[in-house]
Amino acid sequence: MTPLAGYLLVAALIFSIGLAGALTRRNAILVLIGIELMLNAANLNLIAFWRYGPHPEALTGMMFAIFSIAVAAAEAAVGLGLVIQVHRHAHSTDLDAMNRMKG
Amino acid sequence: MSYAFLFISALTVAGGLAAVALKNTVHCALALTVAFAGLALLFLDLGAQFAGFAQILVYIGAVAILVVFAILLTRGSETPKDGVYSKHWPAGLVIAAAVFAVLGWSILQSISKLPQAAQTPTVTVAQIGQALMTRYVLPLELIAILLTAALIGAVIVAMHENGRHENDRHEKEEVK
Repeated sequence: MTPLAGYLLVAALIFSIGLAGALTRRNAILVLIGIELMLNAANLNLIAFWRYGPHPEALTGMMFAIFSIAVAAAEAAVGLGLVIQVHRHAHSTDLDAMNRMKG
Repeated sequence: MSYAFLFISALTVAGGLAAVALKNTVHCALALTVAFAGLALLFLDLGAQFAGFAQILVYIGAVAILVVFAILLTRGSETPKDGVYSKHWPAGLVIAAAVFAVLGWSILQSISKLPQAAQTPTVTVAQIGQALMTRYVLPLELIAILLTAALIGAVIVAMHENGRHENDRHEKEEVK
């Protein structure tokens, strides 16, 4: 097995773990944690392809991963702000209990 | 396939599993930190020093702390009485397993076409800075705008609306 395949398999495993967390947990913060794991798995794929790709000196995959880290940070800030506001409004972060959009 | 890679990936996967499976949400956040650290080590193992240290700074330094703050502010560490898993958790687990099966199958199918081990590329931070200021200057500016907008948006979304809070308090006092 090539090293690249090992990295890709690890990334696929982390992505699936994050997806399972996002789909099975009730707490909105845990769903955000699952999404963060999925984003990180994608970053690992980008870096692995950059390392083993034909032109690593072009830095394309690495730059994509760095920008993706920045976007993920923005996403986490806004997502957690929304969770805190929802908790203030509904006094719960249970996603199963959130079944209406009206205030 | 070196021992370092096997050890780091086992640590990362264990951290990720604990982060989504533990009952106490504070423990989940700590396990998430372990998973982030493992991913940073994998980046370093791949020769991407800058991305690895950016991962440590942004994820362990900021996102994990933010998650802990959110958990404590929403009293999320108390285990709800009807369980921590959603009503439809078997369906979610089946979907995740199916996604992993498809991804793993396609990786194993394409193993012969994947590029073989190349020599480690040497990338200095100066090169990255030069690339950010020349070829990637437009994405850099867009990211700056996005981060500013996200910062202001997050503060506005989470900000206390003073008037309404006062009303809520009056209502509660009237109920009492």
